[in-house]
Amino acid sequence: MTERCLELLLLPEDSSCLLLDIGCGSGLSGTVLEENGHMWIGMDISSSMLDVAVERDTEGGLVLADMGEGVPFRAGCFDGAVSVSAIQWLFNADKKTHNPVKRLNKFFTTLYSSLSRSARAVFQFYPENEKQLELLTTQAMKAGFYGGVVIDYPNSAKAKKFFLVLMTGGVGPLPQALGTEEPDSLQVKYAKREATKGIRGKPIKNSKDWILEKKERRRKQGKITKPDTKYTGRKRSGRF
Amino acid sequence: MKLITHNMLTSKCLKGVVTGYPLAINATDIKVKEVDFNPEFISRVIPKLDWEVLWVAADSIGHSDGLPRSLENKYDENEEFLKKAHKVLLEVEVEEGHLTCPESGRQFPISKGIPNMLLNEAEVQ
Repeated sequence: MTERCLELLLLPEDSSCLLLDIGCGSGLSGTVLEENGHMWIGMDISSSMLDVAVERDTEGGLVLADMGEGVPFRAGCFDGAVSVSAIQWLFNADKKTHNPVKRLNKFFTTLYSSLSRSARAVFQFYPENEKQLELLTTQAMKAGFYGGVVIDYPNSAKAKKFFLVLMTGGVGPLPQALGTEEPDSLQVKYAKREATKGIRGKPIKNSKDWILEKKERRRKQGKITKPDTKYTGRKRSGRF
Repeated sequence: MKLITHNMLTSKCLKGVVTGYPLAINATDIKVKEVDFNPEFISRVIPKLDWEVLWVAADSIGHSDGLPRSLENKYDENEEFLKKAHKVLLEVEVEEGHLTCPESGRQFPISKGIPNMLLNEAEVQ
């Protein structure tokens, strides 16, 4: 899976990059990064897993940190970030004070700043349901990333793998998923940030829904409001 | 903890901290482990580093001899220099000690070579 993450990272060929391994655990993914000639710094919340990584004599830098508290690195230092089977932990609230949405937000915003210009982040993860996928992509987008989810072997229950591919450089085509012929099958894409303003729960300003909501608000406030008719918020021609 | 990790590490996730860089090192145990020398990686990574911070960090743990305080032009052609940089960046490891945030004074312990950046609930932004 780490090899596939590296593939999706699209690093410049034959160059040695500094990568961040999020949720590096015992350094299994880190070893693959090393074998491909890259230097990596890994962070994980479990000190016992990191101890195993030390025993395995990995060459990467290791940091004991909680990704939900933020990625504690300098701005623009990494050429890329990988994560194998780790970010789904952000959905759990392990402590009473944990707010998964805030943690996801903190994680993505700090990750965005720690990546260099046009760097990518690829996360292999296991989403429980559609809601999780949506939450993940919304938070990533709010942080300033573009990209989407690539699903390898979408038709196989066993081989199906989800990869969240995030780009900092701007809109670009998502890489093709393995095990698919049509390039557009079952890929969650998002490019324009303005189009998804509605997801925030409020209707887009000046749309018919917004007008109807505003009129309701005025009625509740006791202000005189014209009744809603079939003409309310109708599309006007250019002459208006 | 390698010095390359230290060069990138900040305490900016702490509440009230703006940059949280650089972290001061207090080392009680240091080891030197051999790592394969990759000159291409070293020359690629040097522009990303804060060289001054690296020098000060190396100096604070007593490994700055032979390391120039400022980068010369064409350092990527000077193999002697790259080898020294490689040693300081990847081979010298702080096994025990602590890091101190320059803004809040909060200390982060280093144990078995791994810095512990975990925050408690009151410290998260």
